[in-house]
Amino acid sequence: MGGTAGTNDVDSWHRHHRAIFWLVSSLNLEMLSTITAPTFTVKSRPTGDPLTSKIDVNNLSFYYGRTQALQNISLKISERRVTAFIGPSGCGKTTFLRTLNRMNDVIPGTRIEGEVLLDGEDIYAPGADVVELRRKVGMVFQKSNPFPKSIFDNVAYGLKINRLTSGKGELHERVEKALQDAALWMEVKDRLKSSALGLSGGQQQRLCIARALAIRPEVVLMDEPASALDPIATSKIEELIFDLKKQYTIVIVTHNMQQAARVSDLTAFFLLGKLIEVNPTEKMFTAPTERVTEDYITGRFG
Amino acid sequence: MEVHRHLDEELAALRDIVLRLGGEAETALRRAMHSLAERDTSEAREVLDHDDAVDQLEVDVDQRAVDIFALRQPAARDLRFVMSVTKMAPVLERIADHACNIARAAIDLNNEPELKNHARLHQMGEIALEMLAGALDAFTKNDAMMARQIIARDREINELYNRIFHDLIEQMAQEPATATRDARLLFVAKHLERIGDYVTDICELTVYMAEAAVIKHRH
Repeated sequence: MGGTAGTNDVDSWHRHHRAIFWLVSSLNLEMLSTITAPTFTVKSRPTGDPLTSKIDVNNLSFYYGRTQALQNISLKISERRVTAFIGPSGCGKTTFLRTLNRMNDVIPGTRIEGEVLLDGEDIYAPGADVVELRRKVGMVFQKSNPFPKSIFDNVAYGLKINRLTSGKGELHERVEKALQDAALWMEVKDRLKSSALGLSGGQQQRLCIARALAIRPEVVLMDEPASALDPIATSKIEELIFDLKKQYTIVIVTHNMQQAARVSDLTAFFLLGKLIEVNPTEKMFTAPTERVTEDYITGRFG
Repeated sequence: MEVHRHLDEELAALRDIVLRLGGEAETALRRAMHSLAERDTSEAREVLDHDDAVDQLEVDVDQRAVDIFALRQPAARDLRFVMSVTKMAPVLERIADHACNIARAAIDLNNEPELKNHARLHQMGEIALEMLAGALDAFTKNDAMMARQIIARDREINELYNRIFHDLIEQMAQEPATATRDARLLFVAKHLERIGDYVTDICELTVYMAEAAVIKHRH
């Protein structure tokens, strides 16, 4: 796994801590995706207009043992756009999302074919640095999973452990920026030392987004980020996603079709491990190309 | 693969109201032209008396469509259907209004000496009626090809209108005493010409509904 990937700037202290991280990962691997990172570089990005491909998936197939979960999927994820994955349960959309930052690697007996290019580089190439990949491609999960620590420490954790900041001042600055970007700052600025577990569900989820944003990823993968939230918290997350696309490439898996319609620029429909159709969201919800997509979107799907 | 949806019942109910509205517009036009041909003032009055019911149907379509938008968030072909009928209802209502105007002209003409029968005007009325009936049929069947064929017939209406226009102007010049009555007939022709345009609108909406293709302003 990524912990062994060769990065010259990692000293023994760092390696030791990362080893502990990977041990923890078997318990809660979600935590790790957003906070492990050996290096930090700010990459200048193109403007994102018009559509630039950030991730190119070519002929991707994925197997759980003998079961083929994804069948020969090719898809481009556009930079600084929101791409939504929709489809019935078990269609492979979450599995596919997880191939984009190699989150399936830790599941035994899985196998992948095809390639996933991030900025033109295959993330599955031998020697690819998984830790660096997950710094660039962060993830937010269905169930918010803050650490049992203070609000501040939750966001600072990834920065500290990866020594991404040079001092306390910068650390505070980065934590504040991440909380602001996640639209949580105003609600928590006076209680940064309180436990994150005291926050509401919606706040916890925005905290997890802040934690993901703190290490400045380029892509944020969201797996049903609002499915456990009430309408007000959901709408805050949706507004947030809308704002975040100015800076980030976002991929969101959602069961809520109206949510996909509201937040995304592009929508991809999956069925039985196949990518059936990908289109601009307006087209998808007014005049989809495939009959089976239309049946799903209009709720005729039995 | 299809499952029962309560939305389907609501869409069917909405469609029924649109078809009733369409049927009312068609009946109003048929009776208005008939009252003109037969100099039947009482029939013309019935057309006018019935117009409130037509207006109410238009309001009903709006209300149900708004409910479906708000409560069901229709997508894809359901969305196109609801969208189309909300645009179609006022068009049908206006066709009925034009029929009322024709009925009013009939009443006025019936109070004056009879003019010689104007065959072309009634031919125009027949074509308008055929087009309207066909447009409602194409809508019911979700048949874009049929809708396109009906759109092509608008040219016949327009040509007849031009000929009737020249006929009536000539008639006015030759026999100034009938000019007021000729002018009324000219208005009837103009109403029929407008109805042809409205039928075209309905057919365009059917094409959009069936094929998601916008053909408005493109033929």
